Amino acid sequence: MEKYFLDYDWTVMAPELIILAAAALLSVIDLLLKEGGNRRLLGWISLAAVIGAGVVAAQQLGDPAYEILSDTYRVDDFARVFKLILLAGTGLILLGSFREMDREGKEARGEYIYLLLAALLGGMMLTSSADLITLFVGLELLSLASYILAGIRRKRTDSNEAAWKYVVMGGVSSAFILYGMSFVYGLTGTTNLYTAQQRLFEAYNSGYEPFVLLSLFLMLLGFAFKAASAPFHMWAPDVYQGAATPVTSFLAVVSKAAAFSLILRVLLGTYLFLLQAGPWQELVAPALLVIAAASMVIGNTAALRQTRTKRMMAYSSVAHAGYMLVPLAAVAGAMLFESTIYYLIAYLFMTLGAFTVLMVVERETGNEHLASFAGLSRRSPLAAAAMTVFLVSLAGIPITAGFFGKFYILIHAVTAREFWIAAVMLVTTVVSYFYYFGVIRMMYFRPPSDGKKVPIPAGAAVVILISLAGTLLLGFLPQWTLDFLGQMDWMSTLSPVRDTLGQ
Amino acid sequence: MMEQLQQALPIGLVFSPLIGVIVLLCIPRDKAGWLKGVGILATLPPSVLALLLYFQFDARAGGVQFEQRLPWFQIQLPQIPPWEVAFHFGVDGLSLPLAVMAALVATLAACASVYIQKRLKGYFLLFLLLEVGMLGVFLARNMFLFFLFFEVTLVTLFFLIGIWGSIYREKAANRFLLYNGLGSAFLLLAMIGLFVLFQSLDYSRMQEMAHDSRIQAMLAQEPVNNIVRGIFLCTVVAFAIKLPMFPFHTWMLRVHAEAPPAVVMIHSGVLLKMGAYGLIRFGVELFPQQMQAFAGVLALLGLINILYGAALAFVQNELRRLLAYASVSHMGIILFGIAALNVSGLTGAVFQAVSHGFISALLFFFIGSLYERTGTTDIRQLGGMARPAPVLTGIFLAGGLALLGLPGMSGFISEFLAFLGLFHEEPGLAAAGVLGLVLAAAYTLRAVLKAGFGPVAEQIKGMADTRWPETAPMMVLLSCIILIGVWPDVLGEPMKVTIQTIASRIGG
Repeated sequence: MEKYFLDYDWTVMAPELIILAAAALLSVIDLLLKEGGNRRLLGWISLAAVIGAGVVAAQQLGDPAYEILSDTYRVDDFARVFKLILLAGTGLILLGSFREMDREGKEARGEYIYLLLAALLGGMMLTSSADLITLFVGLELLSLASYILAGIRRKRTDSNEAAWKYVVMGGVSSAFILYGMSFVYGLTGTTNLYTAQQRLFEAYNSGYEPFVLLSLFLMLLGFAFKAASAPFHMWAPDVYQGAATPVTSFLAVVSKAAAFSLILRVLLGTYLFLLQAGPWQELVAPALLVIAAASMVIGNTAALRQTRTKRMMAYSSVAHAGYMLVPLAAVAGAMLFESTIYYLIAYLFMTLGAFTVLMVVERETGNEHLASFAGLSRRSPLAAAAMTVFLVSLAGIPITAGFFGKFYILIHAVTAREFWIAAVMLVTTVVSYFYYFGVIRMMYFRPPSDGKKVPIPAGAAVVILISLAGTLLLGFLPQWTLDFLGQMDWMSTLSPVRDTLGQ
Repeated sequence: MMEQLQQALPIGLVFSPLIGVIVLLCIPRDKAGWLKGVGILATLPPSVLALLLYFQFDARAGGVQFEQRLPWFQIQLPQIPPWEVAFHFGVDGLSLPLAVMAALVATLAACASVYIQKRLKGYFLLFLLLEVGMLGVFLARNMFLFFLFFEVTLVTLFFLIGIWGSIYREKAANRFLLYNGLGSAFLLLAMIGLFVLFQSLDYSRMQEMAHDSRIQAMLAQEPVNNIVRGIFLCTVVAFAIKLPMFPFHTWMLRVHAEAPPAVVMIHSGVLLKMGAYGLIRFGVELFPQQMQAFAGVLALLGLINILYGAALAFVQNELRRLLAYASVSHMGIILFGIAALNVSGLTGAVFQAVSHGFISALLFFFIGSLYERTGTTDIRQLGGMARPAPVLTGIFLAGGLALLGLPGMSGFISEFLAFLGLFHEEPGLAAAGVLGLVLAAAYTLRAVLKAGFGPVAEQIKGMADTRWPETAPMMVLLSCIILIGVWPDVLGEPMKVTIQTIASRIGG
């Protein structure tokens, strides 16, 4: 039966539509508002939209997978959970940065908000794509909005440099992805991820192995760029440092989570047949393991030498991308989706918390050098204590989210009998203690350069508290999240949805 | 009702310092007197509960008592039943003496914290969290919990050294973090390995499986036995760093020299013993075969510890460094006892752990009050202390005698048992180790005589003697040392059955 426009159940797309409407509405309001007028309203509207979309997405959890728009757009539990992560990340960033953007001039503020929403929309489309076309559209929407966001501090040269680097490198990575997609289309004549799987399998068996693998690796390179994992992590330190801190945290959390949804969907939706066909064990898994190990080693060692905290956090995010790749690389393990997503949630809270404290400190001292943290325990004991929890969690020490997440990933890796990647993970984790504790040392062991209190804006305080609660709860009471993730229907991600209409 | 209360005793003991944490959080930070008072009082409930536990413990029954498990979380795994992790606490003959010692030393270390000058609120908060960590380490009945509490002690101690230490505190804190972080990584690896082997991290369950002959045969097969050996070595390295064993000891020297004396009381008295406890709990109990094969090496490493520590202690002029090397030497005796793998050896190891806990706590309490008065702990600048401060010198002398193993004090009986055990197994190494005892007498007496007697040094002319708030806690420690020395059963009785079970399982 042919399906027409209104035959589809559009409510499944409600979260995206809410964000889209809000972004469009805000750009219009921004134009109508007086130049230099108060744009606080925009922030509240955007936050309301994000929360609304989140509530809708949460209500749909557990519904069966559904595909609309001629099977190009797919809403399943995998997509919903990722959307919730993206929405939560963006919501917290918006809440924490209400006052931050004022410093860049009033006109930047409206742009910042609706570009953030546009990027979020791109990420959400990415998680729900069942087709190469929608996938690429989502990816580009996310990327283009991020490029502008990175350069939004238009009067600062480092911000301009960041945007420029990001555009050039991002363009190259998009080209890689597109080139890989063209091979898929060339071999299969379809852009649907799930149909492509069958046909790629046939193509693989009829002598096109090199092209099948080439398409996969080209896309993998593009993904490595988006997730800021080795070997395409070089942009991260410069861009993270140059961009405004809320934008940096968006890149570190939301953009990275979207990239992981992309790689999981493409690899598991389209290329999983390689697992039976053989080259997965010989080529794909080793490649993923090497990428993961290289990210951990490079990220954690390069971070040791940084004196600017945002650069340090950039390398730290490279290392965390490595940790999160481990479950996928050890695909034979027991808890692929659960452990990756558990870590992503943990990463969301601890990274956003750390960036928010960083932003508060940066506001006060004017820069993000490590030395700005000196004596923070006296200037703002609560911020210092919260930051300590975030850093300890990033370092993977109990009783925090970071520890449990890492432990979960380790269990997964060991059940897949990937012992050496577990060892690399542990050793690099110990290395990471140094730079994370370096910040703690500054906050607690060194005297402040001046005794001034660091004021914390209300929005940022709420974000810090939420992140703190999240970091501690995920570490101390993991059962809730485990139950939540255990109820999701992950396996449906692997197979196509057959005709859901009218039957 | 009574029964339920008893069941809750271990868990209550572990978390009882948190009451103090909550109260401290409510006190403004400039109220120094209040903070000190609450900080010290908050360590009393754990001590009381620990003593209660001690008296309620049925020594004749042995086994694990006061066991309590509260469900915590479970992870679904394919093929095998879901893995449940519980808040699982309990005591047996191995953990009880150490837990009681830890609680008592913590209370007395809190008394010694009156010398702390700055940032009192933070200090006592961390101190109490550290106490939660160390009590948890000894009372946990599940390796996952053990690891969590182990890490709590690591983080809190990092702060305690780094903020309240002396001049090179940051370096000491970093070194501490590096070595112990590495140790934790090994421990985590071992833990995951053990989980894969036994599909459980429960002590009782793991022991059962480790001593099941069918499983032993399975683990002895070709590819698996290498993994088992790897896990065993990870375990040994993790606790060798903590103990510390010879090549891994440098971090501990710095901590002894830089951390505030009250913290060293805890560190040297209790935290090092976590290494000994771990070696017995996981090394001896879970890897009987590997441990037997490794016993010779362990005894040799113990010998190196004993002689190396003693020789270097002899040439130190700085009292803290001297005591640090003395600790290295005494930890070697624990290794001797463990390497013997028989009843008297293992009993000696636990005796030594408890006894050294009290002795080094006493000596570092002394260091604290000495430094408070003289501003130095260099024995070249001290001398003739007995004249201005007879009580303080008397305590030092008593502590020194305990350290060198004078009969009638706890050190003697512990060393005797450990050596006795090893003489059965490795007479050569044990005989060489006895040399360490001679050296112990030499370095201790040298320090005591130089600092305490002879002409009065310039620096300490106007020195005041101790007041009762300092004397009383030191007397408590001293009486514990003497009590164990003259009545070893007070310590030996509760651990007897457990040690016998362990030893009989490995055929010793």
